[in-house]
Amino acid sequence: MINYLNILLYVQIALCVFCLYRIIRGPSIADRMVGIDIFGILVVGICAILTITTKRSFILDIGIAWIILSFIGTLTLAKYLSGKKLNE
Amino acid sequence: MEIIGFILISIGILFNLFGCIGLIRLPDVYNRLQSATKCVTLGTCSILLGVLFFCGFAGAGIRALIAIPLLFFSATVAAHALVKGAYIFGIKLGDKSIKDDYKDVEKN
Amino acid sequence: MKHIVLFITALIFWLLLTFNLTTANIIVGIVAALVTSFIFGRYFTTSISKLLQPQRYFWFFAYLIIFIWECLKANIEVAYLVLHPAMPIKPGIVKIKTDLKTDIAKTTLANSITMTPGTITVDIIDDYIYVHWIYISTDNPEEYSQKVSGRFEKYIKKIFE
Repeated sequence: MINYLNILLYVQIALCVFCLYRIIRGPSIADRMVGIDIFGILVVGICAILTITTKRSFILDIGIAWIILSFIGTLTLAKYLSGKKLNE
Repeated sequence: MEIIGFILISIGILFNLFGCIGLIRLPDVYNRLQSATKCVTLGTCSILLGVLFFCGFAGAGIRALIAIPLLFFSATVAAHALVKGAYIFGIKLGDKSIKDDYKDVEKN
Repeated sequence: MKHIVLFITALIFWLLLTFNLTTANIIVGIVAALVTSFIFGRYFTTSISKLLQPQRYFWFFAYLIIFIWECLKANIEVAYLVLHPAMPIKPGIVKIKTDLKTDIAKTTLANSITMTPGTITVDIIDDYIYVHWIYISTDNPEEYSQKVSGRFEKYIKKIFE
């Protein structure tokens, strides 16, 4: 079972390449930001699968912290896009 | 129990794959955000549910259960903020779009 | 009163997150929840009396089941659109009228619309919600209001108003 999970883990890591493609090639700034947002969510999936394969539950804590950090990061980028200062 | 968890994780990764294909194929920012955010969020929720089935109601399982609503709300609000930011930044809707009611509205 | 409800919620959240019941852990949780409720108490929900009515929770669970079902169905639809070789999409932004009054109900409706694949809320101005839709199937405003928000609106009205 663990072997199959490792294969799924590699698939999930390979999906990040799609996001990297969008971040590098994106025609506009907003495309790159979409890529960054999705990248953050994919990393949470990687953390979740690693929790099972390594049997260490603290990795999921990293995942939860990553959700909140990527949320704040995306909000900041969106605020920059709409041309406002951070304290408005 | 482990079989159910394994199936849920597989379905989640399948949805992630669809979301990422959408991120590559669709024509403009708004459509990319449509496909990517939602398919990937639902896929990751499915993976976390699979973790709950693997670990049971203790330790990691409870954390996965807490992470699901957290991920849900944060991804929603982030997508909403990105769409509005992109529109105000001045990125046009793609060539295929047939309707734009938001054009004449006064934005703040 | 708001502060007390937020304190209890934060404490339960802490205990679930750490998941052990030693004395030291509980004391740390109480201190953290006190600080949280002291700072953020005034931003919490506006009316406490609505929290104590059991039928709202019943409708909340019914809504949750409907929502998950719609979410799965629409997700498969979007997967079909993405995988189709010709990509038959007709995107655009439409304007939808809503009858909901309170802020939290409008927020919930907007979040539900965003989480249903195929539609994203762009903005809320007064009674109108602007929605980006990946496949506009009809031209009639009433018909697409019904399609986008009609299935959620009656439940949200029962939960929050």
